[in-house]
Amino acid sequence: MEARDNQAGHADNPTISSPAGLTPSPLAAALQREHPEWISEVIEALGETTIIVPREHIVAACAFLKIAPGFEFNFLADLCGFDRGPEEEPRFEVNYHLFSTINHRRVRLKVILSEDDIHVPTVSDIWRTANWHERETFDLFGVIFDGHPDLRRILLPDDWQGHALRKDFPLRGYEPYSLE
Amino acid sequence: MTATITIPPQFEIVDRPLDTQMTISMGPQHPSTHGVLRLELVLDGEMVVKSTPDIGYLHTGMEKLFEYRKYQQGIVITDRMDYLNPLGNNLVYVMAVEKLLQLEIPERAQTIRVLMCELQRIASHLVWLGTHALDLGAMTVFFYCFREREKILNLIEAASGGRLTPSYFRIGGLMMDLPSGFERRVKQFQDDFLQALGEFKRLVTGNRIFQKRTQGVGYISAADAIDWGLSGPCLRGSGLELDIRRANPYTGYEHYDFEVVTESDGDVWARYLVRMREMEESHKIVNQALSRLTPGPVKADAPKVVLPDREAMKTHMDALIHHFLIVAEGFDVPAGEVYHPIEASKGELGVYIKSTGGPKPARVHFRGPSFVNLSALPQLARGAMVADIVAIIGSLDIVLGEIDR
Repeated sequence: MEARDNQAGHADNPTISSPAGLTPSPLAAALQREHPEWISEVIEALGETTIIVPREHIVAACAFLKIAPGFEFNFLADLCGFDRGPEEEPRFEVNYHLFSTINHRRVRLKVILSEDDIHVPTVSDIWRTANWHERETFDLFGVIFDGHPDLRRILLPDDWQGHALRKDFPLRGYEPYSLE
Repeated sequence: MTATITIPPQFEIVDRPLDTQMTISMGPQHPSTHGVLRLELVLDGEMVVKSTPDIGYLHTGMEKLFEYRKYQQGIVITDRMDYLNPLGNNLVYVMAVEKLLQLEIPERAQTIRVLMCELQRIASHLVWLGTHALDLGAMTVFFYCFREREKILNLIEAASGGRLTPSYFRIGGLMMDLPSGFERRVKQFQDDFLQALGEFKRLVTGNRIFQKRTQGVGYISAADAIDWGLSGPCLRGSGLELDIRRANPYTGYEHYDFEVVTESDGDVWARYLVRMREMEESHKIVNQALSRLTPGPVKADAPKVVLPDREAMKTHMDALIHHFLIVAEGFDVPAGEVYHPIEASKGELGVYIKSTGGPKPARVHFRGPSFVNLSALPQLARGAMVADIVAIIGSLDIVLGEIDR
């Protein structure tokens, strides 16, 4: 495992720009007031709020959003990866879809990862449901969740080569598939 | 067989057989795992010390396939995930794409969507009831449930042409309007169904054996249920009043009067009661949807996205051109990303779609309720007996097609 330097400083290097003329939602604004360093960018589109969080702050941000009064995003609805393509840099995204069972609001947190350093700290200590979602994202994208208690493949066989949902993985796989 | 407790050599294992722990595989061909699920059970006698689900036997790479198909072609893939609730899968997918396209759906199409989804919910719960009772030794219920479900499948077939794979909801509306006489047939089903449900209750609810097998088994508290991401009847069985139809209403559910059913015990019995009463609520919603049906279009006015009527295509040049372009090249969806959740029969069914423009999605991810609910099995099965595992899996109502995708 290579040393994890701080190269994912996306705060200085935003890769997606917010559509002009849209103001951040009250939720994002409140988080911005409390912890501005956690927010690289806020995207408001199609009625959904996306907050891009630097990798080193994702655990703190999730732990805060889970219990902080006014946020209370106590339910991790979904966690999934996305591959922008082998020619893109940074290449990978991990999306956290948070939901509050108290005020029924939703928010999406996003961590952007580069291919050379595809590590992100686990949130399975915050929500136990993250366990399988992170295993799936590891299985299909190769994102390594540091500190995960049981980071094994979940959908594909243990001896599978490669990560099937990456854009450079062919649809029909590499044939012939062999169990040897 | 692995011995985890070291026994001095003077004591032979045969003298104290229960001091050893045994690891066994339950599945993937076990009938009560409802598909190809393998559980690795560590047993101390008949007690479950540890259970580890092993999934992926049905993985067919559906999420990868979406990226190679046009948006409208993805609908038929969704049918095959949760094959007991295909209309719910259709709905969540088309609604997410409609959100990306910012399409307005006509009133009648929305009402029909509610009507069909609630019928489908009843059908899905009927399969759950039949198989759950079958797992616990009550075979009769299974046949009665499938008799009622058959009537719903006939209705779905009448509307869409498909029984298990309807693909009835399309981006921008419906495949076609309901056939004439459909409302009368739904009313007929509705009239008979409450009586059938009463029969099921008489067969199962008062059954002492069923109660003993389910009460106090597979307990989970509301806080744990949230932590494990449980949703749908499994969460409401722990006392939390959360239904996405109420919390984040979609396709017009805010206009319907229904009760969010909860039970506070958090065990298999509570989840049973929730689903039984949910069928009554769905029955109510179907009646309301029938009374809300008013004539009108069932497709959005978006000629570049929605296929034209057959007649228009044969008589109007522009309709023919649109038809050709949609089929041959697809339609461009603006770049963006959405996460759209609905209350499927098993819980929160969410879809994440990322578009980078063009006729094919860049990423489609399904948050299947079965996948998440099954992940809580180690918690639910802690300290249970082997026979309770069967009851617990039945109460989670999993479909492996959705878990493995």
